[in-house]
Amino acid sequence: MKVPTDLLYTNEHEWLKVEGDRAILGITDFAQEHLGDIVFVELPELDAQVANGEAVAVVESVKAVASVYTPVSGKVMEINESLEDSPELLNQEPYEQFIAIIEMDDPSEVEELMTPEEYEQFCREQEQELG
Amino acid sequence: MSDSLKRTPLYEIHQRHGGKMIDFGGWELPVQYTGIIQEHHMVRGKAGIFDVSHMGEIEITGAKAQEFTRYLMTNDVTKLKDKQVQYTLMCYPDGGVVDDLLVYRFSEQHYLLVVNASNTDKDYQWILSHAPEGIQVANVSEQYAQIAVQGPKAQEILQKISDTDLSQIRFFWFEPQVKMAGIECMVSRTGYTGEDGFEIYLPAAQAAELWEKIIEAGGENIVPAGLGARDTLRFEAKLPLYGQELGPDITPLEAGLSTFVKLDSGDFIGRDALLKQRENQPMRTLVEFEMIGKGIPRSHYEVYKNGENIGYVTSGGHAPTLGKPMGLALVQSRWSEPGVDIEIMIRSKLIPARVTRGAFYKRPQK
Repeated sequence: MKVPTDLLYTNEHEWLKVEGDRAILGITDFAQEHLGDIVFVELPELDAQVANGEAVAVVESVKAVASVYTPVSGKVMEINESLEDSPELLNQEPYEQFIAIIEMDDPSEVEELMTPEEYEQFCREQEQELG
Repeated sequence: MSDSLKRTPLYEIHQRHGGKMIDFGGWELPVQYTGIIQEHHMVRGKAGIFDVSHMGEIEITGAKAQEFTRYLMTNDVTKLKDKQVQYTLMCYPDGGVVDDLLVYRFSEQHYLLVVNASNTDKDYQWILSHAPEGIQVANVSEQYAQIAVQGPKAQEILQKISDTDLSQIRFFWFEPQVKMAGIECMVSRTGYTGEDGFEIYLPAAQAAELWEKIIEAGGENIVPAGLGARDTLRFEAKLPLYGQELGPDITPLEAGLSTFVKLDSGDFIGRDALLKQRENQPMRTLVEFEMIGKGIPRSHYEVYKNGENIGYVTSGGHAPTLGKPMGLALVQSRWSEPGVDIEIMIRSKLIPARVTRGAFYKRPQK
């Protein structure tokens, strides 16, 4: 399982890349691996105002439906429309494919997120729980 | 995983092949090995091997076994010849479904029923409670392992290790004694994928050995396939699943299975209720639909017409061979004609869909 060191992570298995007051949001390798073959992605509306903790997108695999939550509040600046036609890209390259780019209202919100080390530990614990 | 989960004789094999194990109705079984979609395409294009040892087997024997089995089933088992298989349903007196199953006839005095894993105990008790003097009913599920080999290359692969000419086993027939890799098996040309293929019954102790021999014989042309692919394959071929298309509150006539309900050849449990339903036309009908708007319909999502809830999705999802989402729904019969526009409630939004017919997967004819 890959956990790039230049990203921050949530306990819902999203990753966030922070560039100034822009946050790039995606789902992790752990998430795509556990979902299995992804066949549908519902993206947020462009320009939508989203709140910390809100479900902003839906990722569906053959067997499961999963919400994608934003860990930061702000405005949706960009969405990755290529996922609408090729949802399987999220399986193939989860860290190359973002879900949305959000202009943050309060960049200090990212301080709540997990570091790569913390996230790796978190995943190990989850794996054990799942058996 | 909980310790109370049951394991099939092939558990170790699944672990070794990297199967991702899940709790399936109390059984610890692989949902996938490499990926559901890849396994699905392999079965449509070449072949896949499935562990279906969790399926239940119930034996009915006795001088009047035929008469008794006929009385339990909606289909007419008296039409069967020795070594023939029939798909049928067992109903409650009100027409609801106890289970759907396969009946194997060894002789007029000996039938084997292959039932859904999660219904095995219920079915066994149900049959036992109706059995008259002189009929023996035995739950022999523990004795059998069951391996399904499905796909256009199934016969070619199995022939390499079989002592019997498999081309002589026709669709829905079986051979009670076939040696496969030297192991005594019962083999039927049946399956739950919409493809040609076989189901192999054998003693639990030899299941792992046969599995490896089949994989070896198949080489590049076969992959182990899990419950995930089994579900997408059966769904795409519009084969019903108990608990979704069928259940105690759904009759076979509502589910569009009247072909397997012989109302005019002898009495059976549920016949009166089904006769009445046939006369009055069922209020609900199982329909196929395709999505017009974007979204994936899933089991239990509600179906709407003109703002009114008219039913629910029984099975739905991405159909890998057709490459798009499809669904089956149980709706009010007046909205069951192909071409009728309906809406599916997906995450609190009504998404347009349309009733279709014949849009599901059919195996290309040779």
